[in-house]
Amino acid sequence: MSAHSITEPSNGQKWLAGVLVAAYAIITILPLLWIIATGFKSSPDAIAYPPKVLFQPTLEGYVNLFTTQTRQSAEFLAENPPTTWYEEIVHDKGMVIAGPSRFGERFMNSVIIGFGATFLSVVLGTLAAYAFSRYRVPLKDDLLFFILSTRMMPPIAVAIPIFLMFRNIGLSDTHAGMILLYTAVNLSLAVWLLKGFIDEIPREYEEAALIDGYTRFQAFVKVVLPQATTGIAATAIFCLIFSWNEYAFAVLLTSGTAQTAPPFIPTIIGVGGQDWPAVAAGATIFLVPVMVFTILLRKHLLRGITFGAVRK
Amino acid sequence: MAEISIRNLRKEFGAFTAVQGSTFTIADGEFFMLLGPSGCGKTTTLRMIAGLELPTSGEIWIDGEEVGRKPASQRDIAFVFQMFALYPHMNVRRNISYPLVSQGMPRARVREKVDEVARILGLEHLLDRPVGGLSGGDRQRVALGRAIVRNPKCFLMDEPLGALDAEFRERMAEELRALHDRMGATTVYVTHDQLEAMQMGDKIVVMNHGVVEQFGTPQDIYDKPATLFVAEFIGSPPMNFLRFHGHVERGATSVALHRQRFGIPASREPFEGDLVYGVRPEHVRLTDGGEYRGGIVATEYLGTTQIVTLETANGELKARIPADRIARVGESVGLDFNGHTVTLFDAQSGRAIRSELNEGVLSHG
Ligand SMILES: Nc1ncnc2c1ncn2[C@@H]1O[C@H](COP(=O)(O)OP(=O)(O)O)[C@@H](O)[C@H]1O
Ligand SMILES: [Mg+2]
Repeated sequence: MSAHSITEPSNGQKWLAGVLVAAYAIITILPLLWIIATGFKSSPDAIAYPPKVLFQPTLEGYVNLFTTQTRQSAEFLAENPPTTWYEEIVHDKGMVIAGPSRFGERFMNSVIIGFGATFLSVVLGTLAAYAFSRYRVPLKDDLLFFILSTRMMPPIAVAIPIFLMFRNIGLSDTHAGMILLYTAVNLSLAVWLLKGFIDEIPREYEEAALIDGYTRFQAFVKVVLPQATTGIAATAIFCLIFSWNEYAFAVLLTSGTAQTAPPFIPTIIGVGGQDWPAVAAGATIFLVPVMVFTILLRKHLLRGITFGAVRK
Repeated sequence: MAEISIRNLRKEFGAFTAVQGSTFTIADGEFFMLLGPSGCGKTTTLRMIAGLELPTSGEIWIDGEEVGRKPASQRDIAFVFQMFALYPHMNVRRNISYPLVSQGMPRARVREKVDEVARILGLEHLLDRPVGGLSGGDRQRVALGRAIVRNPKCFLMDEPLGALDAEFRERMAEELRALHDRMGATTVYVTHDQLEAMQMGDKIVVMNHGVVEQFGTPQDIYDKPATLFVAEFIGSPPMNFLRFHGHVERGATSVALHRQRFGIPASREPFEGDLVYGVRPEHVRLTDGGEYRGGIVATEYLGTTQIVTLETANGELKARIPADRIARVGESVGLDFNGHTVTLFDAQSGRAIRSELNEGVLSHG
């Protein structure tokens, strides 16, 4: 064997690969850093041209994001000195805090709907995928194709019928309605992804459990599920990313109680034009849950995203 | 412990019939071999006994109870899978204790039993290890541990040594047999390796294309094959088949093969037509004289014996003879056979003609 076999990259090749990966990582992470930085800028800094790389950080954007404010006369401001750090920030601009903004509620809606839909998609998807993988289901191939075909057009193409349907049965602007809708959209992906993963788990494990005295359901829970965690984690992340970021249906179907963060964030209007630091602050906070979720499931992911190709 | 009885057991997968009405009985405490070439329906038969596959028709009796429709979890049997199927997310201890946990046995008692089984199998030092890093032999022992830990009525093993290296196989085969002799539980063991079956089994069933060809002790199966298939499948090199056209009378003790008469065990039925004279290589003798001759085309030296391949008027033939007999390729030698060990077969159907030798062994006719 020569020193430079196909399977063992040379140092030069490793170095080149490292540089390419680093360059790609920087390119993808740059917009993210920009958004995060903008959240800590003052309004003038945020729209300065050329853009400021170095600036005086401020929490103004975050305060504006979480509060509603009113302008007050100089006398009123003098008589009511600020008592907290955030009151001080708005005080300096001649404003007082009138109350909390709606961002907290909208964010909570996103959490409930996003994680709710993800949970439901993964539970239903796992059960369906298991059945498709292990049982003799009549018309199995046709059913699987039908399930996949629901994703062959953009979901928004059916927006009008769904809008009318939701209005008629009272699901408009409800958490339940949005969870159902996102689950319906996610389910085909979930079933297909998970079926692939479950197909790869040898049946002998379940059969061993059956012989060892367990029921089919116990075997499923205790033997199949632990081995499907990779697939379940990958599927959950895909489902969460979709339901978390979904914008079009959210605009169309929610306006009040069940409105999620994506349609809300662009509507944050400051004094005298769009309040970019507040929008950027909202976007930054909005990123956190998906990132945390992904990092928590990271150890399952490497194998998951490659769809089992890296196994063993 | 239990007797297992299979009656007209049949399994169809769509239009394909994997098992075509098997019938046999495995006595309590027997080490029973299910032998046959790959794809003949051994695994399917075993899975039906285990309850992992529903029979299309027929009955399975375990310990006096018909269990054909009972779920696997209620049959009280243990199954050792071909690839072991150890639970990959559990360590050795949890793997072995898993069947006890399902019975709701108290923890302390489970610990005790697992420790005992680990001692029997020499696994004590591995109990806390994940199963992933174990060698083939150790995985095999863990799989056995999981099987014996709860004293099931019987053990079913699907080619349990198939995944092991050759050197390990020998040793595990001995351990398995020793374990069986110690526990005395009925064991059904699937293999495609005739040597393994002969070495380890009390009884053997030989299957081919989903059909039971013969059922009996290793000696009976070797000495008194019921069909051409069995005669060819068992033994290495296999039985020689000299094909000829002729007839045998009831009570005849010889047949005419190429103008020469050769001995057979006294026939118990008359037959006329295409026949096969079946003789094992060790029952072929080389003589200096003799009418019936063969030309040596190859020799294979095996230490104490040698295998000589000859070309005869009725086809190729192998003889196992002492190693000190000088045999040269190209040499022409006379041939003789130990007639009382011979089996005659009906060339068309492949069944053995009944004789003094094999009557009482053959299940058909
Ligand atoms: N689930 C199944 N569906 C269809 N055919 C099967 C199935 N299981 C086994 N077979 C077929 O049945 C025959 C016997 O298989 P098997 O019992 O596994 O053979 P063996 O264990 O003797 O090698 C094979 O031809 C196999 O392809
Ligand atoms: Mg098999």
